[in-house]
Amino acid sequence: MRAFTYERAETAAEAVAAVARTPGARFIAGGTNLLDLMKLEIETPTHLVDVNRLGLDHVEETGDGGLRIGALVRNTDLAADPRVRRDYGVLSRAIVAGASGQLRNRATTGGNLMQRTRCPYFYDTAMPCNKREPGTGCAALGGLSHNHAILGSSEACIATHPSDMAVALRALDATVETMAPDGSGRSIAIADFHRLPGDTPHIETVLGPGELITAVTLPPPRGGIHLYRKVRERASYAFANVAVALVAKVRSGRVVVDRLAFGGLAHKPWRVEAAERLFAEGEDAAADPIADLVLAGARPTEHNAYKLPLVRRTLAATLDTARQGETS
Amino acid sequence: MSSIATHPGRQPGRQPGGVPTRLRVNNRDHVLELDPRTTLLDALREHLHLTGTKKGCDQGQCGACTVIVNGRRANSCLTLAVMHDGDDITTVEGLGTPEALHPMQKAFVEHDGFQCGYCTPGQILSAVCVLGEIEAGIPSHVTGALTAAPTCSDAEIRERMSGNICRCAAYPNIIAAIREVAGGRS
Ligand SMILES: Cc1cc2nc3c(=O)[nH]c(=O)nc-3n(C[C@H](O)[C@H](O)[C@H](O)COP(=O)(O)OP(=O)(O)OC[C@H]3O[C@@H](n4cnc5c(N)ncnc54)[C@H](O)[C@@H]3O)c2cc1C
Ligand code: SF4
Ligand code: FES
Ligand code: FES
Repeated sequence: MRAFTYERAETAAEAVAAVARTPGARFIAGGTNLLDLMKLEIETPTHLVDVNRLGLDHVEETGDGGLRIGALVRNTDLAADPRVRRDYGVLSRAIVAGASGQLRNRATTGGNLMQRTRCPYFYDTAMPCNKREPGTGCAALGGLSHNHAILGSSEACIATHPSDMAVALRALDATVETMAPDGSGRSIAIADFHRLPGDTPHIETVLGPGELITAVTLPPPRGGIHLYRKVRERASYAFANVAVALVAKVRSGRVVVDRLAFGGLAHKPWRVEAAERLFAEGEDAAADPIADLVLAGARPTEHNAYKLPLVRRTLAATLDTARQGETS
Repeated sequence: MSSIATHPGRQPGRQPGGVPTRLRVNNRDHVLELDPRTTLLDALREHLHLTGTKKGCDQGQCGACTVIVNGRRANSCLTLAVMHDGDDITTVEGLGTPEALHPMQKAFVEHDGFQCGYCTPGQILSAVCVLGEIEAGIPSHVTGALTAAPTCSDAEIRERMSGNICRCAAYPNIIAAIREVAGGRS
């Protein structure tokens, strides 16, 4: 690990000021992604600003009946919050489908959104990678790409975003609240928060330099059945190959899709709003036509074309579960 | 005020990089001067010589380094010691003594919950916390209804213990040990 200096901030304003005045400075929250990457010298901050004690670790109700989740709320606490379990089950389900109990105890809401890809070439400093070293090329394009993106990828990068939590937040239309180095705040729709790779895969979100996530807000509850189905290479403690986040209403055995988002497919959570409205109220949603629309424009590699049928089948299975009115 | 810990220049006389850090480990207070790069795991093993906590992968992928921080289990390899100033840490050395083992330690011995033993301290600390997490109603990936309390089934224990890998695959006996302690509680 490269040497760095360390400072603990006590307010959000202090944290952004500290990062702004030190070139190469970064925020550290749970540290579960940043430290992993620092050990490999993929991330080389010169100064760390610890944001764990900013007091941003509460979930509170908003005036309009939604929830405001502080950026430092741990993944465990968010998944266990009674309001989240009751009204935003897809979020609880997505969080507990990720990582391990120990990691979720440390991982934070802000850090989870900002976690970097698990592309093995990004992790291997001997290999070219446009995300790690812009302009060097993409080793995954001609290499092993079994868990890479099939949608929204570019010639520069075919990596996926690994977060499960972010997929649920996309389905729920969350908003990311931030504070800029000058202390000003803004709200960013989750749909706009993560970027597609394009020619600049090293720029992963729309956050400016030194911009701090202070909270994530959820709109009022939508009701319905909330499901998160994650397909991975072992039963637990592995990243998604394909994941489906579904919020649906079920009436006399017919599934009406309300919200539908996918993980494991792209550089950001994938949601095609038109696919949610393909079937009218009263019709029973069928997986194939929805999958056709979601997968339009898919560009799989020779190693990850399996994701095309897997998306269909995972969606079909999730709709089945909803149809039975189950909540698993 | 934010506390600038390690700008060399700002703390004359102090070795660049030495951050004073107070850790309460197994009910004893320690003050260490740490290079900020020191993980909690390395602080425990190299500075406090508490070598019960093991380094497996050093990447959050095995759970051998699991310790309890302020009552919650965490991977000590993926957190910096300086971030834990004032925190209360329990390692396997603080759980029980050879004469008076913690019930979970006793159950691991009785059920042969290990072979080489390398993963065992992490398994035991995780197991103690898993039972607490179920009691506290924290849901897991296999929990049925999210609004109901999770149960202490084998499936729940397995899922919640998935962050602790055992290279010797002592898993069936580990589950048996945890079941016994869980049964004694309820
Ligand atoms: C073995 C392993 C398995 C995992 N499996 C999964 C999985 O299956 N699914 C899944 O979704 N995740 C998984 N994870 C990833 C885990 O969820 C993330 O590491 C975690 O959520 C990151 O949060 P953190 O608080 O620790 O972030 P940190 O490591 O502290 O920070 C990550 C990044 O976010 C930035 N940052 C942190 N907080 C803020 C803020 N408030 N504002 C702006 N920037 C900020 C930091 O500067 C850094 O760049 C796994 C991790 C490991 C190690
Ligand atoms: S897919 Fe993206 S992250 Fe992976 S090697 Fe190519 S450029 Fe790097
Ligand atoms: S050593 Fe920490 S998880 Fe493996
Ligand atoms: S007992 Fe050998 S690794 Fe678990």
